[in-house]
Amino acid sequence: MSTIETVTPVAAPPRPAFKVNWVRLSPLLYTVGLFVIWEVGVRLSGLPHTIFPTPTRVFEAIVQYWSPIWKNSLQTLYTTVLGFIIAIVAGLGIGLFIGWSKTIYAGLYPIMVGFNAIPKVALVPILVIWFGIGTVPAVLTAFLISFFPIVVNVATGLATIEPETEDVLRALGAKKMDIMLKVGIPRSMPYFFGSLKVAITLAFVGSVVSETVASNSGLGNMMASAQSNFNVPLVFAGLLMLAVEGIAMYALMAWVEKRMTGWAHRSTMAQ
Amino acid sequence: MATPLVSIENVDMRYGGPDGTLAVSGLNLKIERGEFVAVVGPSGCGKSTLMKLTTGLHIPQSGVVIVANSQVTKPVSIVGMAFQNPTMLPWRTTLENILLPLEIVEKHRHRLRAHKAEYVAKAERLLETVGLKGFGDKFPWQLSGGMQQRANLCRALIHEPELLMLDEPFGALDAFTREELWCVIRDLHASQDVTIVLVTHDLRESVFLADKVVVMSARPGRVISEHVVPFERPRQLELLYEPAFNEMVQKLHGEIATARAAA
Repeated sequence: MSTIETVTPVAAPPRPAFKVNWVRLSPLLYTVGLFVIWEVGVRLSGLPHTIFPTPTRVFEAIVQYWSPIWKNSLQTLYTTVLGFIIAIVAGLGIGLFIGWSKTIYAGLYPIMVGFNAIPKVALVPILVIWFGIGTVPAVLTAFLISFFPIVVNVATGLATIEPETEDVLRALGAKKMDIMLKVGIPRSMPYFFGSLKVAITLAFVGSVVSETVASNSGLGNMMASAQSNFNVPLVFAGLLMLAVEGIAMYALMAWVEKRMTGWAHRSTMAQ
Repeated sequence: MATPLVSIENVDMRYGGPDGTLAVSGLNLKIERGEFVAVVGPSGCGKSTLMKLTTGLHIPQSGVVIVANSQVTKPVSIVGMAFQNPTMLPWRTTLENILLPLEIVEKHRHRLRAHKAEYVAKAERLLETVGLKGFGDKFPWQLSGGMQQRANLCRALIHEPELLMLDEPFGALDAFTREELWCVIRDLHASQDVTIVLVTHDLRESVFLADKVVVMSARPGRVISEHVVPFERPRQLELLYEPAFNEMVQKLHGEIATARAAA
């Protein structure tokens, strides 16, 4: 590194005054590109708005129906985040519990896999019987669908402690609790924060599914009623809002992951 | 003569139930206080089992292991261990890694918070001894393999263990780094009141460092011979090229080859 620093001031050619960073710019360009293709494709095919609206028509709908869209977006964000927070707490707890011992891990893992295989949409009617329609089933569906990846990742982090590390500490008289606190839990944190990105996306799936089937509010409900009125641009507007919320929350989780477990991203940090 | 620090008498150790593999059988070994013992032998001869027996990570099915005048029935906590894999925790700095044993060992864990500065100073002295002065605030993954292994030695020594167990600590290093670290270990042994057991495949390493070289048989492992190393201390690296040194290495090599063939 030092050699490069000493050489460049002499040998470096004058940098061009303006240089486009294509990598930084590409997410924007690709998104714009997608909308352009969509617009042109729909116009050329001549499909009516009630089948497949153009993006301009969708944006029009967003402006036109901004008040209900905003209200329902907040509702969906609220149920999703609430379910997600419950999933974090429960997922961490269950993950630590499962990873604690090989016996518990072996015993509970098949049950968890079986539970995870159940389509969560099938649980919504049961939740409605228990809690009525509205916010509660949406929150619970978001929770149920998103806690599994958290559990699996935390448990995996705990279960894969290097035996040498464990030997070194046990030879010093460490108790199981010591090993968990000093090694197991910090070690499982990258797995945990990594799983949050998956979990938040799933939480949106859960809350929207539940809102669509059994709710009077939220983007899922809004899209369902828009669809029954053949207001297809509004359906697409709802999809677009979901995508925006999903990207925002994913980016937030990715940022949190990077902040909390920078040591696990050492290859990128070292440069 | 004083009682030995470690005394292993007629120990059998079998893994995986009554029909499992017999790792060591009829193992007898005495290690005096302050002694530097190297254990060599064909692979799979139970060297690592010997380490785990001595540290109390395994309790033998038959026979007795006595460390510091008491029979081993649980981890003994007067030992420091270092393996071939440095196993530094990547989320802690090198200094924090070295202080880790102090957070575990009963004698220190309650004092650590109040006497932090004292312990940090001690860790930094150790770092200096192994040639890592000023690297304490680096993360382990910012260090080279040889530097990580030096830090690993510091971690094994920070709680002033009476017994230091080294399981092929230099196995993964290049030849020059390895020789450098031989000298580090040699100086540590000379300057500190510590008993060292070194498990190794490298016969030159064993003869260069140890007072006594113990040769183990193929599985089930037992001690087939003990050789006192006659060379005077302090030993210099030039010793590696002396005929008497190579003669001894060759003799050990022959013994292990015979032990392998017998298996």
